[in-house]
Amino acid sequence: MIDTATIWIVIAAVGIGSYFFRFVFIGLIGDRQLPAWILRHLRYTAVAVLPGLVAPLVVWPPATQGQTDAPRLAAALITIAVGLWSRNVLLTITVGAFSLYAALYLAG
Amino acid sequence: MPTETTKSIFWKGARDASPFILVVGPFGLLFGVVATEAGLNILETMTFSILVIAGAAQLTALQLMTDNAPTIIAIISALAVNLRMAMYSASLAPYIGPAPLWQRACAAYFLVDQSYALSILEYEKHPKWTVRQRMVYFFGTIAPVCPFWYIATLAGALIGSSVPDWLALDFAMPITFIALIAPALRTRAHVAAALVSIIVALCFAFLPYNLGLLVAGIAGMMTGAEVERRTEARAAA
Repeated sequence: MIDTATIWIVIAAVGIGSYFFRFVFIGLIGDRQLPAWILRHLRYTAVAVLPGLVAPLVVWPPATQGQTDAPRLAAALITIAVGLWSRNVLLTITVGAFSLYAALYLAG
Repeated sequence: MPTETTKSIFWKGARDASPFILVVGPFGLLFGVVATEAGLNILETMTFSILVIAGAAQLTALQLMTDNAPTIIAIISALAVNLRMAMYSASLAPYIGPAPLWQRACAAYFLVDQSYALSILEYEKHPKWTVRQRMVYFFGTIAPVCPFWYIATLAGALIGSSVPDWLALDFAMPITFIALIAPALRTRAHVAAALVSIIVALCFAFLPYNLGLLVAGIAGMMTGAEVERRTEARAAA
């Protein structure tokens, strides 16, 4: 069981820190134009961070204690393929969820 | 489109974001369930979701607290996962930076993966939008997403441990993020950035405190920017 004081310290620190990250540029820098090379890097933030966040979870899922899990891996690959092919987020999520359950069912 | 009204832009944002209810719902539910199983009461679980509104960071902190990691490590790791919010903030600054401070302070609170991803794509698509129209679109994307995040967390906390395992809620987040990113890989620079990010994240997964993700993010950004620069140089030649 986690200590109550620890829980509140973590909630407060992560909450305040996250707000600072969110506010720092839109709040403090405002509309001062950033240099072109910074903007060129920032264009790729989402596609640079989220795949790196997801990849280890796909290859070593916490739910299987980090053991590579064929159904989860298959569902992820199907989701990538459908996303690249369809360019449609909702369709991709739907197919992804369906393929995960189908794969888990088939794997028993 | 000069005929677009403020109202229609708000509803466009809400409409564009509505599919994410299907994503945010299970994810919030997942956090509520996991938090309850870890021993957090409803007040703690809800405060967590309302203050942080970032599932991945919340789950990271929770996981480390459950593992009895030092408090400072739980905090740093969760914040590392959320460092991407600073990148989102910088990326949106040229578009909504001129808005009044109170609006920017509110927008900062609601800056999440979904509102960022939708807004930045729409801002690039409509360069003639005024700052006000951009803000309205941003808050439109929030309308279906954030209330659902709170409600889903509460539902998860109430359901607690009675969620059946076969739902595999753990994998809702990866599937969601893949579904968000894959359709957005429009250019070679985007594809290169994503590939480098994946490879570096896997190679540096051994680094403690989620530092592998930071390295992967920086490497992916530099790759995307460099491929774009070379593509433009070649087009100009």
